[in-house]
Amino acid sequence: MSQQQTPDKLVIGGREFTSRLMVGTGKYASMEQMVRAIEVSGAEVITVAVRRVNISDRSKESLLDHIDLKKYTLLPNTAGCYTADDAIRTCRLAREAGLSDFVKLEVLGDEKTLFPDNEELLKAATVLVKEGFTVLPYTSDDPIVCKKLEDVGCAAVMPLGAPIGSGLGIRNPYNIRIIMDTVKVPVIVDAGVGTASDAAIAMELGCDGVLMNTGIAGARDPIAMAEAMNLAVRAGRLAYLAGRIPKKLYATASSPIEGIIHE
Amino acid sequence: MSLEIIVNGESRTTPPLSVLDYLRSLEIDPSRVAVELNLDILPKGEYASTLLNQGDRLEIVHFVGGG
Repeated sequence: MSQQQTPDKLVIGGREFTSRLMVGTGKYASMEQMVRAIEVSGAEVITVAVRRVNISDRSKESLLDHIDLKKYTLLPNTAGCYTADDAIRTCRLAREAGLSDFVKLEVLGDEKTLFPDNEELLKAATVLVKEGFTVLPYTSDDPIVCKKLEDVGCAAVMPLGAPIGSGLGIRNPYNIRIIMDTVKVPVIVDAGVGTASDAAIAMELGCDGVLMNTGIAGARDPIAMAEAMNLAVRAGRLAYLAGRIPKKLYATASSPIEGIIHE
Repeated sequence: MSLEIIVNGESRTTPPLSVLDYLRSLEIDPSRVAVELNLDILPKGEYASTLLNQGDRLEIVHFVGGG
């Protein structure tokens, strides 16, 4: 950033990141497409899911064979967990399988909406923080819940922009702004981003980052969309730092009034 | 002599191996997975010294694509 003394870094759980875009690894047509899309997105944090190894059929390639662990921070998720206990168990397995204490904690309340069960989420977050995890919880765009998650020691809060995979964008920008005023930890909009402008809007609101998967992987050309998201997150961040002009109902001339050639 | 164990929810029969040798028999790279033995995490350092017992429940997980 040209006008800043210090580089504009995102710090979560003591780790510094240059990119404010976090991306998922699901739903790609091939490993090659996923690797390329992640590369083009510029993301440094990538989410992964924890699942049973197929012990009958060992022919499938392993995700980690394709990901440079020196380059990326893995953020294992607890997708598909509907209770605090299942989410806690998944996080413990993720820590043992992976290299860090970072977890994207999600505890779902309903299969149709995939909205979070914030009661179970808070329960799981409390236990996991005590066990030394760096917890990034996926949650509702509810400032009260976000504050509670911060209070139990979460390293960031990740309110949804819209339901997971919906592509509906940032449905309640006012709540996202109130969340930013309410908590001190980074606010990452997670879920709902459908296209570049959605990501830019999240960043223009002042969010610290955006996390997405389907918005990129589900696009007709995921690699081109990864680049669009990379640019959108950076553009939105720059616009936020630059400070937008106030909105006004009537015009203000850009050219001087003095020196006009007619009387 | 063979043991009956439950691996990822499936019944399996195995000779009395260590967890490490059992993973190898399944062609699983131990560095790429996490193992839960009877609902407790089994640290990687204990794979070699932990012997499977009749009725053990193993969960073997790894990372897959996700959001």
